[in-house]
Amino acid sequence: MSNLNLEKIIKDFPVLSQNFNGKRLAYLDNGATTQKPSQVINAMSEYNKHSHGNPHRGAHQLSIKATEEYDLAKEVVRQFINAKSIEEIIFTKGATESLNLVAQSYGLDNIKENDEIVIAISEHHSNILPWQRVARLRGAKLKYLYLNAEGRITPEEIVNKISKNTKIVSIAQMSNVLGTINPIKEIVDYAHKIGAIVIVDGAQSAPHMKIDVQKLGADFFVFSGHKLMGPMGIGVLYGKKELLEKMSPYLLGGDMIEYVTEQDATFAPLPFKFEAGTQNVEGAIGLKAAINYIQQIGIDNITEHERKLTEYTMDKLLSIPYIKIQGPKNMDNKGGIISFTVDDVHPHDVATILDSYGVAIRSGHHCAQPLMKYLNLPATSRISFYLYNSMEDVEQLIYAIKNIRKWLGYAS
Amino acid sequence: MHLDEIYTQLIMEHNKSSHNKRHLNNPNIAERGHNPSCGDDITLELKFNNNIIEDASFVGHGCAISQASTSIMIDLIKGISIEEALKLVETFIGMIKKEITDDNELEILEDAVALKNISNMPARVKCAVLAWHTLKEAIAKQNVQ
Ligand SMILES: [Zn+2]
Repeated sequence: MSNLNLEKIIKDFPVLSQNFNGKRLAYLDNGATTQKPSQVINAMSEYNKHSHGNPHRGAHQLSIKATEEYDLAKEVVRQFINAKSIEEIIFTKGATESLNLVAQSYGLDNIKENDEIVIAISEHHSNILPWQRVARLRGAKLKYLYLNAEGRITPEEIVNKISKNTKIVSIAQMSNVLGTINPIKEIVDYAHKIGAIVIVDGAQSAPHMKIDVQKLGADFFVFSGHKLMGPMGIGVLYGKKELLEKMSPYLLGGDMIEYVTEQDATFAPLPFKFEAGTQNVEGAIGLKAAINYIQQIGIDNITEHERKLTEYTMDKLLSIPYIKIQGPKNMDNKGGIISFTVDDVHPHDVATILDSYGVAIRSGHHCAQPLMKYLNLPATSRISFYLYNSMEDVEQLIYAIKNIRKWLGYAS
Repeated sequence: MHLDEIYTQLIMEHNKSSHNKRHLNNPNIAERGHNPSCGDDITLELKFNNNIIEDASFVGHGCAISQASTSIMIDLIKGISIEEALKLVETFIGMIKKEITDDNELEILEDAVALKNISNMPARVKCAVLAWHTLKEAIAKQNVQ
């Protein structure tokens, strides 16, 4: 059905071959975290067996090896998102830490009273709370881009909300609840015209579609390793060099300094200025292996594969009368995420019942409570695909969904 | 764990039935309880006559487990004393935490024993105990007044 060798890919993921309660596993919770191929697991294991040392310190062989591997991982990330130099790539714990870093550093450095920060109502809490704090501390205003009936941000909304007082726009490229791909290019162009900078949360997009930060024009771009088959605890902050250079350090401590005296310190150059303390080298190695894996398959092939699965699933769900899909019902600017509700059945029960059929999905507010309130829903159930999902997963899902209401005593 | 050990007939009936889902006239206390992680959100209303829970009801929304557990609890506590109600709460929470396993001891829970299997489902324990914790909070506040 597509340009990737699915059978071979599935074999790369040990976790997927497991049975739960005698049921084949259909892992459809990739928006939460993704599984790791042997290539990633082995790369981390090899590093621990042969190359583990503290990088950028000491002159022994292991320290040198670890430094080389760490720097190489950074270069792989740079190429993956097409940044200009590795000085613009900062390793963090994940997208959440990256967003907090930008808010605490760039945000507090630059936001003044009565300035405006604009985010979307569909943001993940990690792209809301840091800006609430900056706005509160600085007496600035936090404004929201709202969605139209289809769940999308319209051009009019962009022009209405981003004003001459706007200094920062921070927005997810892909909604983790609705799967909508936001008009980033339009937002960046308009924000730049007005003099605001734009932070793009790529946690849900970078694993699934081609990213070119230069073409996108984003001032900052963040993503997490574990959502693209890498380990948890490693993530990336990309920032334009001229912005990063002017920013205050976020964490202070070892490895991020030049000179320290009793009362003062000067900071190391980029990117080390933002990497205080011993870094997650093992995580960086895993992230590198994950990106290599993606590149070997081809990111465009992954996008296309997920698109076919999502489109097919959506058509099936739309034909079931008691299922309501939240957000767009067509594939225009939409990634591999579908949020839905089942009439008369709470999303919590949906997740428990699907789990008993071997189908792993997520139910809840998806760390997006303002969006849930906006949609007037307590929670939704979410299906999210990745490259190793198959039509078999979809059929298993649809079969399980058709059985949900029966368990709660409804005829159909 | 098989589904029919969780979604039993009794739980389904209580989930669908709305006989306890209403407002009381002038309740002595209305106590809200919610699980932020999953969105179960109930408000328990109680009417006391001295030491006796004269009437009880709830409003709100949530999953089948939380709704059924609340409804079953309300059936049990109507007309009994505060002390007896607290004994039920302790027994129920003990059952879900697997600290009380003796069937004789669990007998006082009557229909609520149907929720025993939830103790094998860590993800749903909060749903089952929500109403009972809320009742305990409500009684604590009533005693202060
Ligand atoms: Zn619940």
